Order: sequence, then structure tokens, then C-alpha cells
Amino acid sequence: METLQQLHGAWQAVIALALVVGGVFALVGAIGMLRFPDFYMRLHAPTKATTLGIGGVLVASLCVNWSRGGFGLHELLITLFLFVTAPVSANLLAKAALHLRVPSRAGDAPPTDDRG
Amino acid sequence: MIGWALDFATAAVGLAMLLCVWRLLRGPEATDRVLALDTMYVNVVALVVLLGIRQGSDLFFEAALLIALLGFAGTVALARYLSRGDIIE
Repeated sequence: METLQQLHGAWQAVIALALVVGGVFALVGAIGMLRFPDFYMRLHAPTKATTLGIGGVLVASLCVNWSRGGFGLHELLITLFLFVTAPVSANLLAKAALHLRVPSRAGDAPPTDDRG
Repeated sequence: MIGWALDFATAAVGLAMLLCVWRLLRGPEATDRVLALDTMYVNVVALVVLLGIRQGSDLFFEAALLIALLGFAGTVALARYLSRGDIIE
């Protein structure tokens, strides 16, 4: 913490902004998952808002690392991995929900073939 | 300023995890619970990264990467189980 306080003011402003944006988006994603009326709508909030939220936190971490003269490979790896895997897991969950005929406010799910 | 932002982000992510627990307990469908678990592990990665910023240590990022990997594998396995009834054919 003390080393963070000694950073240049511009770095501090950028890091603080990224942290606040990340926290707000993570919270908005969770609220959306809690409040939306059916599963297919609830799927949207975590896959987009929460991914953006963790993107903000990782940008802040990247800035901390850069301000110390590092490269930030770990943060880049985590960002890349999460941004690649979030849509894949959401797609698999949507397929599972269609297969299980989870009720939707848009009407009944169309008949599925069993390719999964 | 940066200390306040760190505290705010940690509190927001922690609150988001509590909301995920609520959805995890409430359901109503099995897919909702899997979705809540998926969101929780993403939030845990964010919390571990925040802890790494706070402590100024590189060790936390290895842990965050491991959690991200295992969480994705868990979500895929659960979604496959829900849609097919088995995980590995």
C-alpha cells in the first residue's frame, strides 16, 4: 500500500479509475443475475458485465505492474483466458438450458436435436 | 485516493459474491446454480487480483490463473453433465 501511495499522481488516478469501474461492473453483473426474470436473461449479466468488471480490475493491476517497470504477463494471461472462456461457458450453459427446457418468457424453447 | 479505490473495489466484488450466493441457494433451475458458481469464480479471481495489488506480491497471480482454469473446467463439466447426463463418454 505504501509503495502505491508513492506512485506518480497520473498513475494513481488511472489505477483508481480502473478499480472503481471494475468494481461497479462486477456489482452490476451480480445484481443483473439476481434481478432478471428468466434464465436466458440472467445469462447476459455475468457474461458481459462481470467480464468487463474483472477486465477493469486487471487493467488496474497491469498499470501497477507497468508503473514498477514490469511487463505484466500474468495479468495479460488471466485477461486473455477469461475473455476467451466466458462466452464458451455461457454458450454451453445456454445449450444445457435449452436441452432441459428451462422456461423462457419468450415462449417455449424450440425442439432440440440431441447433439448437445 | 488509491487506497479508497481498492477498498471500494474489494467491497463491490465481495457484495457481488454475496449476491451470487443468494442466486446459488435460490435456484430455481439447476442451470441458474451453475451460472451462479461460474460468476462466483470470476469474482474470486478479481478478489485475488485485488489482494495481489494490495500486498504487492506476484504470487497471487499464479493463484488467480489456477482458479480461472479450474473454474472454467468445472463449469464445462457441469454444463455437459446437465445437457448429456455424463461428462466423459
